[in-house]
Amino acid sequence: MMHNLTIKQMSEKLRTGEFTSVQLTQHYLDRIDEFDTELNAYVTVTPELAISMAEEADKKIAAGEAELLTGIPVAHKDIFCTDGVKTSCASKMLDNFIAPYDANVVALLKKIGMPILGKTNMDEFAMGSSSESSYYGPTKNPWDHKAVPGGSSGGAAAVIAAGLAPMATGTDTGGSIRQPASFCGITGIKPTYGAVSRFGIIAYASSFDQAGPMTRSAEDSAWMLNAMAGFDARDSTSLERETPDYTAELERSLKGLKIGVPAEYFGVGLDSDVSDVVKTAIAEMEKLGAKVVEVHLPNKDLAVPSYYVLAPAEASSNLSRFDGVRFGYRCEKPTDLEDLYKRSRSEGFGEEVKRRIMVGAYALSAGYYDAYYLKAQKLRRMVRDDFIKAFNDCDVIMGPVAPTPAFNIGEKSDDQVSMYLSDLYTIPVNLAGLPALSVPAGFAQDRPVGLHIVGPYFSEAKLLNIGHQFQQVTDWHTKMPAQYQ
Amino acid sequence: MSWEVVIGLEIHAQLTTKSKIFSGASTAYGAAPNSQACPIDVGMPGMLPVLNQAVIGKSIMLGLALDAEIGKRSVFDRKNYFYPDLPKGYQTTQFEFPIVGQGKMEIELEDGTKKIIGVTRAHLEEDAGKSVHGLVPGQTGVDLNRAGTPLLEIVSDPDMSSAKEAVAYAKKMHELVQYLGICDGNMQEGSFRVDSNVSVRRPGEPLGTRAELKNINSFRFIEKAIEIEIERQIELIESGGTVVQETRLYDADNDTTRSMRTKEDANDYRYFPCPDLLPVIIADEDIEAIRATMPELPDAKRTRFVSELGLSDYDATVLTSSRAMAEFFERLVALTDAKDIKLCANWMTSGFSAALNREGLSVEQSPVSAEGLAGMIVRILDNSISGKIAKQVFEAMWKGEGTADEIIEAKGLKQITDTGAIEALVDEVLANNPSQIEAYKAGQTKMLGYFVGQIMKASGGQANPGQVNQMLVAKLK
Amino acid sequence: MSLGKTEVEYISRLTQIEVREEAVEGVAEKLSNILELFAQMEAADTKDVLPMAHPLDAVQRLRPDVVTEVDQHKKLQAIAPAAADAHYLVPQVIE
Repeated sequence: MMHNLTIKQMSEKLRTGEFTSVQLTQHYLDRIDEFDTELNAYVTVTPELAISMAEEADKKIAAGEAELLTGIPVAHKDIFCTDGVKTSCASKMLDNFIAPYDANVVALLKKIGMPILGKTNMDEFAMGSSSESSYYGPTKNPWDHKAVPGGSSGGAAAVIAAGLAPMATGTDTGGSIRQPASFCGITGIKPTYGAVSRFGIIAYASSFDQAGPMTRSAEDSAWMLNAMAGFDARDSTSLERETPDYTAELERSLKGLKIGVPAEYFGVGLDSDVSDVVKTAIAEMEKLGAKVVEVHLPNKDLAVPSYYVLAPAEASSNLSRFDGVRFGYRCEKPTDLEDLYKRSRSEGFGEEVKRRIMVGAYALSAGYYDAYYLKAQKLRRMVRDDFIKAFNDCDVIMGPVAPTPAFNIGEKSDDQVSMYLSDLYTIPVNLAGLPALSVPAGFAQDRPVGLHIVGPYFSEAKLLNIGHQFQQVTDWHTKMPAQYQ
Repeated sequence: MSWEVVIGLEIHAQLTTKSKIFSGASTAYGAAPNSQACPIDVGMPGMLPVLNQAVIGKSIMLGLALDAEIGKRSVFDRKNYFYPDLPKGYQTTQFEFPIVGQGKMEIELEDGTKKIIGVTRAHLEEDAGKSVHGLVPGQTGVDLNRAGTPLLEIVSDPDMSSAKEAVAYAKKMHELVQYLGICDGNMQEGSFRVDSNVSVRRPGEPLGTRAELKNINSFRFIEKAIEIEIERQIELIESGGTVVQETRLYDADNDTTRSMRTKEDANDYRYFPCPDLLPVIIADEDIEAIRATMPELPDAKRTRFVSELGLSDYDATVLTSSRAMAEFFERLVALTDAKDIKLCANWMTSGFSAALNREGLSVEQSPVSAEGLAGMIVRILDNSISGKIAKQVFEAMWKGEGTADEIIEAKGLKQITDTGAIEALVDEVLANNPSQIEAYKAGQTKMLGYFVGQIMKASGGQANPGQVNQMLVAKLK
Repeated sequence: MSLGKTEVEYISRLTQIEVREEAVEGVAEKLSNILELFAQMEAADTKDVLPMAHPLDAVQRLRPDVVTEVDQHKKLQAIAPAAADAHYLVPQVIE
């Protein structure tokens, strides 16, 4: 089946004419038709756009102008502005927002000729870990429809896991690529902060937000990251350095690799089945020639409160532009300016978004700035410094992505704090701006579990090398839920 | 009982850039509504700011001119509040680490006394858009063309103690920013806006509560507004009231100030570093490179005009009143080989300035260029025309009738220097005035002036007065 | 630290998010729970630690002063909730 192929295989078959991009794209559109009503992983499907782009791609291929990814369809998280396509951020606020421009990532992939299948579901404004806060309803986990797919890029993870797209874009502010990748049994990488342009990505927390690929394998992610990453003059935080070839190191041996395993990542709260899966995966790495060393991340527990001060603080300001004046939702018949603001924002935003805006504004308000915001910024440095110190003794750090496998829909939606705490392994990485990968490593309670691999700045190629080598000796990444095979 | 007045000014100078501070949209004045508001300026989702290089050099220039510390690491912050003309719901500005730190400026009052006014800081920020009323009944229109225009907010210490001092400071700053070429100074278009913080206190007491006077677009009204506000505050306190901290508007028609916003409870701006922008780092070499390109500042120029060019204080002040004026003058002196600097100065301060004032033009708008005026002065210096004829020539040049030489030629204004022609005129006048010759010879030497006048009249003003004089004296011996 | 009605109303005003009278208590409780999480930061010794605003020690890049944007107001206002004569419209603001 086409949807079981690797990206390289797909590319090969497109080039040799075994199938066309139109056929490949139509295959995915058919699957979306068949499965997505139940799964709810797409907010918007764009069949006409997809087919017309596929036709263009086929011309390129025929003309011998194709790149590796030309003709391979992609699904964009609904946080990436897409010219002429509804870009909702899964919010009522933007339910009517037809973006008048492309995000840099969208433009890059368009230029290569990757047909856009549609826009994937997510937590509203990327604020969440379960994709339940979407205005369009929760996405289901393809492995178990009772479970959440994780979040915020839950739709993206679900479409990859269910074979409703071969590649998907995601964004990761506090774990939003890696945690859903773990919950859905797919591969996802959050690159170093600044590696992928944020231009045209609707901001949640600007100093954390980072886009990355979500695919079936590390190799696929490497190809996709090659296409997504690069300097963009329109983003002040975009890294002005040459973009490496992320596939260059895929085949390197892991012999001599020093894996740091922080004891703090295996403490109280970690599900014992998850712990077993992760430890088994690390043992697999040792078989490949890697060595395990103990490292310490003593300030790990401070990361969660620090993040939940800083990210909402930034968000409270980033989301002020949604005021019902220039775009997006406006309340019916506002009586005056304040009524326009208050009702547009109260009716347009969902509960969790409002909560984060309010708590973020509070953390910045007179009298609390030092105790909350500034303190959190200091902790951010301490958390970052922990990593820098740890990397003196190891090449990469491995541990769990999330403390549990996917939880059930509704299980935590009423208890934000416990939801926040479930991000404890991913958040420190965002505070530091480091790259990190999640690769499928097994199952716990019949739900997928990912292995978290964190590296020093700009070590994406190394992380993907490790993921790829692991995937040469394991087959977790090739598994698909029975009904979607 | 006496009162002490404390005034501090916040001046918003719009920097002369082609594009906005954080976007590539044009800053040109007067464009069609929202035609220069790009997605970044409109605060569209996903849009990001990138800092305009030009604002950095211009800010450093002002810092150097004010002898201020330059913020080698400056940071942009967000000032959060909701208003229709503020598209993102925050203004990007500099709070804790401004680009220009403490500096100072010397002002001179009308009576010649000098005073140093401290400049607390100058920071970069983006301007807001504009609200337009009356477009649709019951609605306010928003035009975001101005949103994102770069401003340098220059904050003074509360060092001024009268409306006159405040205006002297504001005028001096106005002159300075234009000299530096960092702001066009156009107050009508809002390129240079002065907000005054005014308070009064009894000598020795702590600072009183201040009121802020906003958006006054002429120096004359700034002075009047401050004076009226001082009176209002003193009367209020003396009658047992208290001053409240508020923004007040000056009403020029009624010559009063009135409260603009009474409730100021929403000013918890939640400043924090803008996460979309990174710290701006300025190296010493950058500062030195800018120092090297700094134009001569007005004070230095004025001093040099007096000491090196021998001008009077008055002429030096007039000729340095704007950079354009000073540059015009210096060019004029150079083009006339500095043969008669005083003559150049006189023409600039009288004929030229009078013509500009008459037509309400700036130096840049003058129809007569420095080259044109120099062409005329050269003809005065080589005796081709007299000073009186020069006035005719200048007016013709002003009307665009040609160069000085073309006009002199076309109108036949060249001085008569031919001895024979002058002698004929002299002889004719002397022959017609025998009784006046008698009087002259009897000792009434002032009759000489009478004869000169008659001869000049007969020549239509074109005879060379020196030659006429010489010849008369010789003939009357 | 727990929030009361006054604080919730204050935050509501700052953020222009309406909190209905009957919802104040619930919102206060949820926000208070989050503040309890924040309280965990107090114990950390951050003396001599500099605040960190960005993950990388990068500096601001500067853009040349060139006009690159064209008039797009028609395209942008096509998705505006209310616009007339090229202006965005809001309920009348009294100044």
